[in-house]
Amino acid sequence: MSTTGTVTVLIPAPLRRFTGGESKVSSGGSSIAELIDGLEASYPGIRDKIVEDDGEIRRFVNVFVNGQNVRKLDGVATQVKAGDEVGIVPAMAGGSVA
Amino acid sequence: MATNYRDLLDKTRSEIVNIDNDQAERLRREGVPFIDVREQDEVEQGMIDGATYIPRSFLESRIENVAPDKDAPVVVYCAGGARSAFAIKALEALGYSNALNLSGGFNSWKISDLPWRVPQSFTPEQRRRYSRHFLLPEVGEAGQRKLLDTKVLMIGAGGLGSPATLYLAAAGIGTIGLVDDDLVDDSNMQRQVAHTTDRIGMPKVESARIAIESINPDVVVNTYQTRLSKENVLDIFAGYDIIFDGTDNFASRYLINDACVLLDKPNIHGSIFRFEGQATVFHPPAGPCYRCLFPDPPPPELAPNCAEAGVLGVLPGTIGLIQATETIKIALGIGESLVGRLLAYDALYQEFRELKLDRDPACPMCGDNRITSLDDIEYTDVGCLIPAFAAD
Repeated sequence: MSTTGTVTVLIPAPLRRFTGGESKVSSGGSSIAELIDGLEASYPGIRDKIVEDDGEIRRFVNVFVNGQNVRKLDGVATQVKAGDEVGIVPAMAGGSVA
Repeated sequence: MATNYRDLLDKTRSEIVNIDNDQAERLRREGVPFIDVREQDEVEQGMIDGATYIPRSFLESRIENVAPDKDAPVVVYCAGGARSAFAIKALEALGYSNALNLSGGFNSWKISDLPWRVPQSFTPEQRRRYSRHFLLPEVGEAGQRKLLDTKVLMIGAGGLGSPATLYLAAAGIGTIGLVDDDLVDDSNMQRQVAHTTDRIGMPKVESARIAIESINPDVVVNTYQTRLSKENVLDIFAGYDIIFDGTDNFASRYLINDACVLLDKPNIHGSIFRFEGQATVFHPPAGPCYRCLFPDPPPPELAPNCAEAGVLGVLPGTIGLIQATETIKIALGIGESLVGRLLAYDALYQEFRELKLDRDPACPMCGDNRITSLDDIEYTDVGCLIPAFAAD
């Protein structure tokens, strides 16, 4: 895992089974791709839920850096630095539940 | 020193700026605020078009909400220019430097064939019911009229729809449509507050109708005990101004989104899962649509649906009422909506985060090469299957 700086990653409820229930974890890396690799090293299995086999973010997931969607930045190549906050936001359907 | 009413009026008139109808009409066209200080029963017979009614007895306490700039012109009128002359003095005492008296009042305005209208009036019962809205300058009588004229369609009378429906009914949304094909059951009681234990087994739309009508008899309730489909969605949506998405599955969410985009209706979106919720408003082109944010639904094995995963009972209250707030703001045309912003809420940590949402120019629904019909779109329900993504 990279030591370029600590980034806070907000883990949505559907992915917390990988993080032992933690909703916020720290990870390192200089880009979103490196950050996700770092998450995978700490929490095996989580990577596939966020990105496709080719490394691109899955179409039902959005990743935000400090509130900005990385799709509008440089995708998984978007740079991150110490102190940034990365949010992973999956599509959720719940509402009117029988 | 004035010795009687007539002397006092003459003296007051001589000390203020009086304008005639032609001067006033020019100012009215420029957007200068007009204040009607007559009594309620007079105003109900007609008032100058665009004027704001402030009873003389409330003038000092309410004027700053209507005319915040004390150096800008403001026109005051009554029936014949006498009560408004004294009102001008009161405004000057408050620091208004450019308050103008319409010297002939409404009577002269009306016979000169200048623009006026009969305001739609409220019953005494409605005046009491909505009095706290009337006190808000951002709502007021005109805003309450807008709410009563607004038609909101609630998709889902469940977790999100229940609390929102109760408050929208209380607020005086004039027409509420309810779409749900489900029956009330005992597992709903933990969060679906529009329903009651003695109504278990009843169609949710009927149960919600009872709840609405017991809160506010002003509301017209339309029920649709059916599941939305691409065959019925456009017909049902066509009669409504605002669409409230409180559904529990991706097929409905995409269908609602697509129909809203085709019909140019604001889509008030909320979703919940365990301890977390999301809320936003989709209304392109001002902001993105649901497909800009999530181009495809998750595959069934990854679909988080709270039927299996559980949900904290109060959570849909929080998210549903954020949606209800957005609904009211859009109906009133006030404030800044959640268009282009996703509010993400974590109840366990009591934290809100705001995420910026952008339109996708390549979006198949609202982008440059948009779809114009629902016919060729497949809406597959991926919810309620195996929530492997969600399972703890």
